[in-house]
Amino acid sequence: MKLRVLYFAALRERLGRSEESLDAPNDVANVAQLRDWLAQRGEPWAGAFAEIRRVRAAVDQTMVDERHALHDGAEVAFFPPVTGG
Amino acid sequence: MPVRVQHEDFDVGAEIAAMRSNNPRIGAVASFIGIVRDSNEGAAVGSITLEHYPGMTEKSLRAICEQAKARWTLDDVLIVHRVGTLAPADQIVLVVTTSSHRGEAFSACQFVMDYLKTEAPFWKKETTEDGMRWVDARDSDAQAREKWK
Repeated sequence: MKLRVLYFAALRERLGRSEESLDAPNDVANVAQLRDWLAQRGEPWAGAFAEIRRVRAAVDQTMVDERHALHDGAEVAFFPPVTGG
Repeated sequence: MPVRVQHEDFDVGAEIAAMRSNNPRIGAVASFIGIVRDSNEGAAVGSITLEHYPGMTEKSLRAICEQAKARWTLDDVLIVHRVGTLAPADQIVLVVTTSSHRGEAFSACQFVMDYLKTEAPFWKKETTEDGMRWVDARDSDAQAREKWK
């Protein structure tokens, strides 16, 4: 499954990148499974997802919970809790 | 239902005048202006930098306006939010709601801000004497949003 993954704020800085294009294995079906798959690739993802608490996600630019299903071509974003306003 | 994300400052008077123009149905205008403070969690703040998620930011702000309009009888809602580097006393965000009566305008304005604080993808990084740090989300913001459920 081809995915475009974006990172913002503290997570972007910790990873040293703002986005990457991936081809995830078939058993990565939802947001939590994608996060776990990214982390098990090793550093810097393992450390970043362990250190930054309460990472949120959006799929196709809508905030979702971690059980949200992924689809081929999805834009998935990971970021810390928002602090605008 | 305009939503704008911009680097430039905004003129509150001009924004409200534009919303009111030629519309005699409006009997109430409520507004909120968010401003950069010079201190946060005990440290002096020299500047803040706001990052956002282009595309999703506008989409989420439009969705918040839609929810407000579904909940109250409003003439219109305006959200202007700045990004980039700002100094203490700079304006960050403007929310304006217009309605026939004050109660709906007041409630909708507070609702929009409470949702914006917890749902719109903006992140603040502040510069203090000890260097730069990302601002932590506050539990009180999540609680403020919960009260509208």
